[in-house]
Amino acid sequence: MALHLFEEKGVPLERQRFTWRELVQTPISKLDDDAFTRVRIILMNGIESEALRFQHACARMNGNLQRPLARVRRVEQHQQTLVNWLLPPDQSALETTIGFEQVAIEITAAVAQQEPDAYLAQVYRFGMLEDFDHLYRYSALMDRVEGMDANNILQCYSDIRPGRPTSVEHRAPEDDLRKPYDRHKAAPISKLNALTIMAAEHQTHDYYMTVGPSFSDPVARQLYAEIASIEEQHVTQYESIIDPEESWLEKWLLHEAAEVYNYLSCAGQESNPRIKSIWERFVDYELGQLHLVMQLMKDIERRDPQEILPHSLPEALPHASQRDFVRKVLSQEVDLRAMGTEFIGKGQEGPDSASVRYRQHMNSQGSPSEAVAAGYQWQPGTELATARS
Amino acid sequence: MSQNSSAEMGKNRTGIAMSPINAKAVAEGAKESPPSSSGDRHTQDALKAFYLEQSERIGSVPPPANLKGVAKTALKMIQGEKATVLVDKLAERLAFERTGTRLYEAIIGKAEVLAEQSGPRVDELEKIHHQELSHFHMVKGYIENLGGDPTAQTPSADVVGVASSGLLKVITDPRTTMPQSLQALLIAELADNDGWSTLIKLAEGFNQDQMAADFRKALEAEERHLMQVRGWLSARTQEEAGTA
Repeated sequence: MALHLFEEKGVPLERQRFTWRELVQTPISKLDDDAFTRVRIILMNGIESEALRFQHACARMNGNLQRPLARVRRVEQHQQTLVNWLLPPDQSALETTIGFEQVAIEITAAVAQQEPDAYLAQVYRFGMLEDFDHLYRYSALMDRVEGMDANNILQCYSDIRPGRPTSVEHRAPEDDLRKPYDRHKAAPISKLNALTIMAAEHQTHDYYMTVGPSFSDPVARQLYAEIASIEEQHVTQYESIIDPEESWLEKWLLHEAAEVYNYLSCAGQESNPRIKSIWERFVDYELGQLHLVMQLMKDIERRDPQEILPHSLPEALPHASQRDFVRKVLSQEVDLRAMGTEFIGKGQEGPDSASVRYRQHMNSQGSPSEAVAAGYQWQPGTELATARS
Repeated sequence: MSQNSSAEMGKNRTGIAMSPINAKAVAEGAKESPPSSSGDRHTQDALKAFYLEQSERIGSVPPPANLKGVAKTALKMIQGEKATVLVDKLAERLAFERTGTRLYEAIIGKAEVLAEQSGPRVDELEKIHHQELSHFHMVKGYIENLGGDPTAQTPSADVVGVASSGLLKVITDPRTTMPQSLQALLIAELADNDGWSTLIKLAEGFNQDQMAADFRKALEAEERHLMQVRGWLSARTQEEAGTA
């Protein structure tokens, strides 16, 4: 990806403006647009959501940064609005959920393959197999409660089959923590990967916590409660791989770089020309924001951003079906469990371990993810397509 | 897709036929993966039963707000606790007519912008809109006469709002065509007609003669609305199909 971060200045912050009509554009077509257009919208909404979350936390801890943070954050807010409002109103909360899980599978699988650090790649594969199972459970819910086919959203790009069963994903909090990368040694792409997946998972958690109570069906309400709990575990996992010793400005710089990288990946692969122009516009906006933070780093920390950022961005993150990779990981790693920061086989998990005891208690009054998908195998057009009347 | 057409051929990607290679992979993958637990769609029933057995309901009908004058007399005429059923169903109709008025405002807005050649005409829609609004006011008056609070949302009012929320979503979506909007309106009018029939029987059962007579007039108007909407929808659908 031949974009030179230090030469390309993008659009200066003072020229990053919107009108309400620009923020609220005609949404994509749920029926006609490619599933990966929806994947990109959900991903970038998550990236922008993380930008706001991080910048608020940063402002609360750094009085001297509050003014530039407020200025940049206003633009991030409107970028997120524009992106998120591209989702169409005929897409139900459950359909959007299916889209969220497709993001979690396909984007995490792509990240796992490009991640140079073996341990971090393992972390992504571990999390990906859990989200893979969530897609299967939500698809069963959609079929059995709403009589609808999740593949209408997935468009055959992602498999609908069990992964690591959701019912065994529940772990003691200490078993969700991982070892962080070393900010001095990690490759820049490792830092961008971590921010990307942490943002996506945090957004997923927040979305399930928001829409879960809007469902009437008790199984749906329980399933959202259960999977939201796993997403919280995933946020714990992914934020723990990021070096906590990075300074606030260093983290801000990396956030902006991750935004540039992801918008650029979107712009290069978008099939809808109208949406592509939005991604291109936001590459330029993010470059402008990145350069503002570069200058702050020079002025405040007296550090050269070139110590942290690569001169040019890595190759675009592939936005495509990772079916073969996912199947390979599924066949080899479905029985992995976590103990502390390490991954172990399920046979190594002692019956009295904190995670096993926690899991047994949580499931002791029934497991929504098992109940909803009992005996379930996805079929084209729902399981009713072959049911006898 | 053009606003004038509901069913143009295009790049709809939702079906498996649009991705034959991937479709084979996803179907075979699903087939060769056993579920993580045995059972069938009934397995979740036990989980649901726990909640079904709880005695909680979504809410209640509020007590009469005003026991003076006409209300007192009216309430005397209506013996026993079943009067709450009448109040609840009146509030349901009130809520439906109020939202119905807004539904017609939304479709009028669409008709004005689209300025389509064949119906419905804006003046036809406006006439129905006025009648829906007058029905809302009439029901409001009867609730007040019974000492009820017309601003309260009763259980049936709430349920009918939830049930018809999709209709509002369809009609207010700028991307839906006039026939698609009329389809949603037809569902509203069908439900409304039955709602008035139920209410007339209830009013008769409680010996509310004037109320029953006024509601019969409302039903007559709603029957005309239903016929009109049916006619527009049928004509527009046939027109689009080229079978008119």
